[in-house]
Amino acid sequence: MSKIRLLVGTRKGAFILTSDGTRRQWDVTGPHFGGWEMYHLKGSPAEPNRLYASQTSSWFGQIIQRSDDGGKTWHQPGTPPGEPITAPDGSPKGESNKFVYDSSPETGKPLTTHQWYDGTQHPWEFKRVWHLEPSLNDPDTVYAGVEDAALFVSKDGGQNWQELSGLRSAKGHLWQPGAGGMCLHTIVLDRSNPRRMFIAISAAGVFRTDDGGKTWLPANRGLKSKYELPDPDAEVGHCVHRIAMHPSRPNVLFMQKHWDVLRSDNAGESWHKVSGNLPTDFGFPIDVHAHEPDTIYVIPIKSDSEHYPPEGKLRVYRSRMGGNEWEALTKGLPQRDCYVNVLRDAMTVDSLDPCGLYFGTTGGQVYSSADGGDSWTPIVRDFPAVFSVEVQVLS
Amino acid sequence: MIRVVLPAHLRTLARVDGELKLDVKGPVTQRTVLDALEAHYPMLRGTIRDHVTQQRRPFVRFFACEEDLSHESQDAPLPDAVATGAEPFLIVGAMAGG
Repeated sequence: MSKIRLLVGTRKGAFILTSDGTRRQWDVTGPHFGGWEMYHLKGSPAEPNRLYASQTSSWFGQIIQRSDDGGKTWHQPGTPPGEPITAPDGSPKGESNKFVYDSSPETGKPLTTHQWYDGTQHPWEFKRVWHLEPSLNDPDTVYAGVEDAALFVSKDGGQNWQELSGLRSAKGHLWQPGAGGMCLHTIVLDRSNPRRMFIAISAAGVFRTDDGGKTWLPANRGLKSKYELPDPDAEVGHCVHRIAMHPSRPNVLFMQKHWDVLRSDNAGESWHKVSGNLPTDFGFPIDVHAHEPDTIYVIPIKSDSEHYPPEGKLRVYRSRMGGNEWEALTKGLPQRDCYVNVLRDAMTVDSLDPCGLYFGTTGGQVYSSADGGDSWTPIVRDFPAVFSVEVQVLS
Repeated sequence: MIRVVLPAHLRTLARVDGELKLDVKGPVTQRTVLDALEAHYPMLRGTIRDHVTQQRRPFVRFFACEEDLSHESQDAPLPDAVATGAEPFLIVGAMAGG
């Protein structure tokens, strides 16, 4: 029988939750890296026991952790347990937390400035890794989305990182931080085209590369940000919260924007609104059912200034039509006095049949559904605030 | 030997308990102590000072002999009591945030 492994990042450490394919009984291990902010953990599709984790702290900066045994043990890439911590020539190893923006003359990408909250220009400063996206077929290749927004790649298992600096050329001087900072939070790889990738930045928008990350173009036509931008239809500057794709249909993308839920049927060339009958179209996560490419899920939040569910009712909304017509999924979820938030990386789907869904809240609950969202059960209720939830199906 | 005390999170990262003892060649300054520390514990690179600029991270402080040395020059000699090992060099997470 298949086994399920959930990787949960929280404000005060990481947890690993495991179950068999029934998804009824769960074992919990952790906290791993207790006391640190664990923004994101994700396993390699090519080697599921290879896990990457972003461990961060305002005090001590960014650490990258890697596990090669499914989360039983961890090490900073470049400093494996039991190996010498210096290179043969005596120089230090352990470069895995070194994220340096590319300003080399060779690439011609001087580190310029981006827009600050007040509209003035502000220098780029590395703060943390928000999202780690392992390659679909090489366990040693992994992408990192960082704050201040940029995309890095490692091709040696997380030991050394290089910026894909062409992204900043896509009008980087007009990007600006949202409330959470100026972060590159979403990386979507295209299974059908290894040269194509989508990323999303708050607040810059969606960008697409068709040459493996060398050059990028904004993909924001159709987005409207009436209250956030002086030009509501601007080419960049939109506060995109999350995008999602079904692997079988790579030209169809779904987006949860700051306000608005949108859809693109042409790989991001243009977008149209599919908020339909949602009670509010503000929110953070969006995801697609594993076996039904037109079934999508969002978790509406009251507003940009009130980050909690409307009416104190925690409701997942499902559309089986790819948007516009939505139904509330409430069975097993609190329907009164609930004022938690669900962050952008904190919802995921598994590939079992029926499809399982999982999400974590800022109140420390992790909910699971083993029936496509029809009913929900809390796996845990009292974790620290949940930043991210990822799932692996292990055979 | 120079005695160095790390904050708890950095002790966990470096996989050490308690106080560290470092052999520092030449003058004993913030820079030479941190160079020696990072050479022995490379997993700490970037956690105390920036990889590139070598500037102290804003929420990290350096104390010794009941003095705050955070804003002293990185190349200024540390107190004799630190250089002789009588007193430890304390690397501390700033109190902000609890």
